[in-house]
Amino acid sequence: MTSAEKDNYADVKTKTGKEWFYTDVVKKHFFNPKNLFKTEKEAENYKADGVGIVGSPACGDMMKMWIKVDPKTERIKDCKWQTFGCASAIASTSMLSVMITEKGGMKLDKALQIKPQDIVKRLVDLPPRKFHCSVLGDKALREAINVYFEKSGQKDRVVRQGAKIIDKQLKITDKDIEEAVLEGATTFEAVQKKTKIGVNDKSCIPEAEQLIRFYREKYFGPD
Amino acid sequence: MKSKEIYLDHSATTYLDPRVKEEMDKYFCDEFGNPGSFNTTGLRAKKAVDKARKTIADILNAKPNEIVFTGSGTESINLAIKGVVRANKDKGKHIITTTIEHHAVLDTCEYLERYEEFEVTYLEVDRDGLVTPEQVKKAIRKDTVLISIMFANNEIGTIEPIKEIGEVAKKHKVLFHTDACQAGCSQDLNVEKLNVDLLTLNGSKIYGPKGTGLLYLRKGIKIHPIIHGGGQERGLRSGTENVPGIVGLAKALEICQKERNKENKRLIVLRDKLVKEITTKIPKTFLNGHPTKRLPNNANITILDIEGEAIMLYMNQYEICASSGSACTSKTLDPSHVILAIGLPYEAAHGSIRFSLGRRTTEKDINQVIKVLPDIVKHLRSMSPVNLEVKDVLGGIKND
Repeated sequence: MTSAEKDNYADVKTKTGKEWFYTDVVKKHFFNPKNLFKTEKEAENYKADGVGIVGSPACGDMMKMWIKVDPKTERIKDCKWQTFGCASAIASTSMLSVMITEKGGMKLDKALQIKPQDIVKRLVDLPPRKFHCSVLGDKALREAINVYFEKSGQKDRVVRQGAKIIDKQLKITDKDIEEAVLEGATTFEAVQKKTKIGVNDKSCIPEAEQLIRFYREKYFGPD
Repeated sequence: MKSKEIYLDHSATTYLDPRVKEEMDKYFCDEFGNPGSFNTTGLRAKKAVDKARKTIADILNAKPNEIVFTGSGTESINLAIKGVVRANKDKGKHIITTTIEHHAVLDTCEYLERYEEFEVTYLEVDRDGLVTPEQVKKAIRKDTVLISIMFANNEIGTIEPIKEIGEVAKKHKVLFHTDACQAGCSQDLNVEKLNVDLLTLNGSKIYGPKGTGLLYLRKGIKIHPIIHGGGQERGLRSGTENVPGIVGLAKALEICQKERNKENKRLIVLRDKLVKEITTKIPKTFLNGHPTKRLPNNANITILDIEGEAIMLYMNQYEICASSGSACTSKTLDPSHVILAIGLPYEAAHGSIRFSLGRRTTEKDINQVIKVLPDIVKHLRSMSPVNLEVKDVLGGIKND
């Protein structure tokens, strides 16, 4: 499959979903999401040990995760979430909330290792261009865990991914490129249109192109 | 269509009217001739095409030899724009259009800018999606060869002042094309009254067959074909004529135009009810597009704090088919360029839903939408971390 084909919504596999564009598991979590606040009051009174927010409504997806942690066992006891986004965003956050609270709760160290692919695997599949939605869930969780570390006096355990500057003039980082690729800009031209990378700092173009290929293959499979 | 399905996506495409199908039927197996063949089979097919051409010409107040049949609205637009500007390069290389055109127009213009060194002015629209004749007048240059502005917008339903823009174009001797694909069912298509030199229509939006389109081309206009071959359609569109399609297109347009006044009235009542009920029953919602200068069947509504695809899929559970301007339903992951062009911020653009009504839409359908939508919105809002205010979203633009 070419990347152009992968961009095409009509090419989304239906698998068991028949007329549905998503798998049955996605559908189940979308229509019956788990671990939501039951009432507004519950949300107001919820005493979380850590809260993480990522994204913004402007970019189309935003997620907020609340976690409660057992300090002795370091397991996630409870989790709540809210998501602004499409079906796969809602379903993947719901699935993530199940993954970290099932079987007595996931250990923090393990929860920090969750990758977008792990969530997608549990959802059976997502259309490739929807991967970016589930990426946000694990980021929100990592942030919530970091906040817990900070609040519980374990600042040394906080890990925030650093970013490397690629375009020196516009201060565009590898993370920015990753974001752009996840948002569907899978060619240099498309990433440049989104970020203006390499417009002034032409010396960064070869490295940028390499990174775009790397992230494209990472999220959308080999060319 | 499934019997229970409430189809409110007529701006995407319409079903074939059974009367149109009946008219087309005999041109598949029985009258299958090639209109270009000089034998009786071919001549009968030619007669059918000629008759269709005459029917359409009469509706448009044009002459039959001013009608070119094509394979889609998109193809007609490509022919109109590429064909005219390439043939009139000696006059100049400037095109005027708007930011809210269909991608058939926008992408064609972008192609011409990129590969053929044309210059394009994209006129901005106001909050209601309107462009003014004054804007067009200001944008006209000595080297302007073509103005292409849509009759009615496919997403927000706003109807542009085509007649007035046509006057400006005429006065400045610039050719004027209008993409009337969304207007075929409800608007007067008299090209003399509209002051247009080229007009695009297609079958799939007017209860006609898919894969059919036409371009009205005023006599005497210099134009190059974009498809070359056997020289059909006076050399402007080679390829054996789609006889059943052409017959169906003419019949569909005929029915639309005959029933238009009565149908418009019926649809306006239903649409207004839908808009009023949604915007009063559901907080933080508002109508996009012009309140009155709009297609009778279009209701485009922004619902804050939630995302369009999610709303659409929940509605689909109740067998309601609508469409959304959300990024998730597009190929680009960007929200609708039209919703952004009328000044809505990104966060609001993601939550826009288009209901487009049609011939089979009943009051019962509208009531069902009004019944289920408030709870869907409530449910999705309960799981959303976003809490926007209408006044912040509309900002200083205008508060409806």
